[in-house]
Amino acid sequence: MTPATNGHDPKIVSLFCNWCTYIAADSEGVSRKQYPASTRVVRLMCSGRVDPQFVLDAFAKGADGVLIGGCHPGDCHYSEGNYKNLRRYSLLKRVLTEFGIDPRRLRLEWISASEGEKLAKVIREMTEELRALGPLNLPEKIARPEAVAMEA
Amino acid sequence: MKEGETPRIGVYVCHCGLNIAGVLSVKSLAEYAGRLPNVVVSRDYKYMCSDPGQELIRQDIREHGLNRVVVAACSPFLHEETFRRVCASAGVNPYFYQMVNIREHAAWVHSHEKEKATRKAEDLIRAGVARAAKLEPVVRQRVPIHPAVLVVGGGIAGIQAALTLADAGKKVYLVEREPTIGGHMAQFDKTFPTLDCAACILTPKMTAVGNHPNITLWTYSDVVKVDGSVGHFTVTVRRRPRYVHEDLCIGCLLCIESCIYPDARVASEFDLGLGKRKPVYIPFPQAVPMKVVFDPETCIAVKTGKCTRPCVDVCGVEGAIDFEQKEEFPQIEVGTIILATGFKTFDPHRLPFYGYGRYPAVYTSLEVERLLNASGPTGGEVVLRNGKKPEAVGIVHCIGSRDENTNRYCSRVCCMYAMKIAHLIRERTGAEVYNFYIDIRAPGKGFEEFYDRVQEEGVHFIRGKVGDVTPETPDGKGRVVVSADDTLLGRARKIPLDMLVLAVGLEAQADANEVRRLFNITCSEEGFFVERHPKLAPVNTFTDGVFLAGCCQSPKDIPDSVAQAGAAAAEALALIDRGEMELSPNFAYVSAEECSGCKTCVPLCPYSAITLEPEHGKAVINQALCKGCGVCVAACPSGSIGQHLFEDAQIFDEIEALIQGVAANGEGAR
Repeated sequence: MTPATNGHDPKIVSLFCNWCTYIAADSEGVSRKQYPASTRVVRLMCSGRVDPQFVLDAFAKGADGVLIGGCHPGDCHYSEGNYKNLRRYSLLKRVLTEFGIDPRRLRLEWISASEGEKLAKVIREMTEELRALGPLNLPEKIARPEAVAMEA
Repeated sequence: MKEGETPRIGVYVCHCGLNIAGVLSVKSLAEYAGRLPNVVVSRDYKYMCSDPGQELIRQDIREHGLNRVVVAACSPFLHEETFRRVCASAGVNPYFYQMVNIREHAAWVHSHEKEKATRKAEDLIRAGVARAAKLEPVVRQRVPIHPAVLVVGGGIAGIQAALTLADAGKKVYLVEREPTIGGHMAQFDKTFPTLDCAACILTPKMTAVGNHPNITLWTYSDVVKVDGSVGHFTVTVRRRPRYVHEDLCIGCLLCIESCIYPDARVASEFDLGLGKRKPVYIPFPQAVPMKVVFDPETCIAVKTGKCTRPCVDVCGVEGAIDFEQKEEFPQIEVGTIILATGFKTFDPHRLPFYGYGRYPAVYTSLEVERLLNASGPTGGEVVLRNGKKPEAVGIVHCIGSRDENTNRYCSRVCCMYAMKIAHLIRERTGAEVYNFYIDIRAPGKGFEEFYDRVQEEGVHFIRGKVGDVTPETPDGKGRVVVSADDTLLGRARKIPLDMLVLAVGLEAQADANEVRRLFNITCSEEGFFVERHPKLAPVNTFTDGVFLAGCCQSPKDIPDSVAQAGAAAAEALALIDRGEMELSPNFAYVSAEECSGCKTCVPLCPYSAITLEPEHGKAVINQALCKGCGVCVAACPSGSIGQHLFEDAQIFDEIEALIQGVAANGEGAR
């Protein structure tokens, strides 16, 4: 559907909260809307459950991007878990740069249960952006740090 | 599974008819799953959720000694519980079950790239299998259900739900924002298509609510705080002062008569400003409770204290009128909640070219309901603002419905009520009535027959959108001329009208967003509350113990609202009669040996469930308060907090397997 630039199909690990973004993904399915097959969803109860290690681990194991999806500010099923996530996210962006990972590879989006269209749009955008960035290949870089230049 | 026992996993790939099998290569997925670590058996089957599908799993558990089950099918919101029960019925802990969503998250959204969709499904199944290997047995939590129910909103839906529950012997608190119950239905004269008198069928129910020993009715009140969860909600209600003690007021209304203002001159909210009331009033003659309200905005005794207070002198009950009355905030304990907060009608000021608010000849349909109502401002006579009877009346359909600029949805009731209004106006005035419509939607019991009837009665139907409304006289006070394209005749029409009725659509309440936050549920983009499943759980929400009834969920007519209210009451009754509910046991716990007592987690918990035990200074999580978000788990620096069903090891293995070919056999990445 989308043109494959560089012949690269990025893999995005998506950490979605159970109450908003996971349901948005379900409803996008029910309405048979199409988006790139680049994401793989991990269901968590709340975006506040996202341990920064999950994100780093996903990159370390070979993900090209990580998408965190949570409820809009003020709408968290657990009052304020999404704010807790936001705090970690801001720090994590900086940590990624330190590690030589382009911070655009990590994205946090507030997507409510009724915003299936927004979810599809975000996935399309992110897939395109990661295609433009090219593969991250972190496992390889970790194995042979001297051979490759870091991107950030 | 006992300690040290190796996982023996069965993987089942569901075809879901052609829903999945039409896109993904289910056979190859099952073969692929069979090659994954710890997988003992893998199959594909037409409908895993069917009885034979479930039996297949039970049989394999028995024959192959499976101790983990993975079903790759639909969303866990649909069938996770189904397959957990299957596991339990075959002697496997229900939490040794892992659902993989290859329908909503793969087949349905990537049907244009089948090959990639199948690769993605492989990844998802691989991750599910990796996660399954790390699952641990969990014991279900049970919570007792408090038998009292809170119903929010006293329109027909709230009334019906409250009565059903109260008649079943349950304690009900009914909270209504307005001074009386009855809602929009109380404003109508007749109801379509049977032309039942709205008051005749509604007021007996209102009275029943007012008199019911099991119902505590709080009008002029709203919910301000909701704590707790299913089974044990603590709800704080704000009771606004009506400056009358409800238990003392006998509803004689002498105070209204004696008010220092001899004439009614405050615009009546109930009559939408078409009628007048005094500063002390009842909204309409059949109000329940039949207790007066002193309006703090206009009653000078409340506002300034400078009034001779003839109302107090005339009142026969000592202390019934009390201008010192203050807001009260009673707290109640309930186990379940039914939201029946209703709708508001579309405000046609947003579409200025119809001239509403500028030309006196233009009315909303709700205003016309009041004009038609025998207890309304004109005693049921259709009299215009200039005192004349109309001879030509137009009704414009779809105002604020089916319109890209306002609301895209159809409000479902407008075609029918427009025809009802057409019938009633024609009956009472003999006027020519023109309906300007896009499509007539009459899909209900007796609806099409009613459409036929009003056509036979000589009501005109012009298929076309109204292009312009202009006043006939320069002052704008007289008739209006409506221009419309008659798409059936294929020509433009210009019709002068004495009265133009805008058939306004139904919208979510203005404060729907605040209300849904209060009750922790979700709104659609249009602002209507979202049901758990549009077909199979139409009155449930994603918050256990909170149910929906009536137009707060979507526009609907009275029969549908009443039916939904009955369904919501039945759901609440089912919980109450069971006495307890099983909760997902995904709560967090502290492993005391590893906790360093750093207190990082304590302020993070939104439910104050974490405390430090005084003796060793280690964190302890109160399982009754924990709702299982996992915020503390992610924050714990020593990794000493775990979360059932969402353990770190499970998530790390799931992430690794999602990306990498095959996870190390039985060993996690960490």
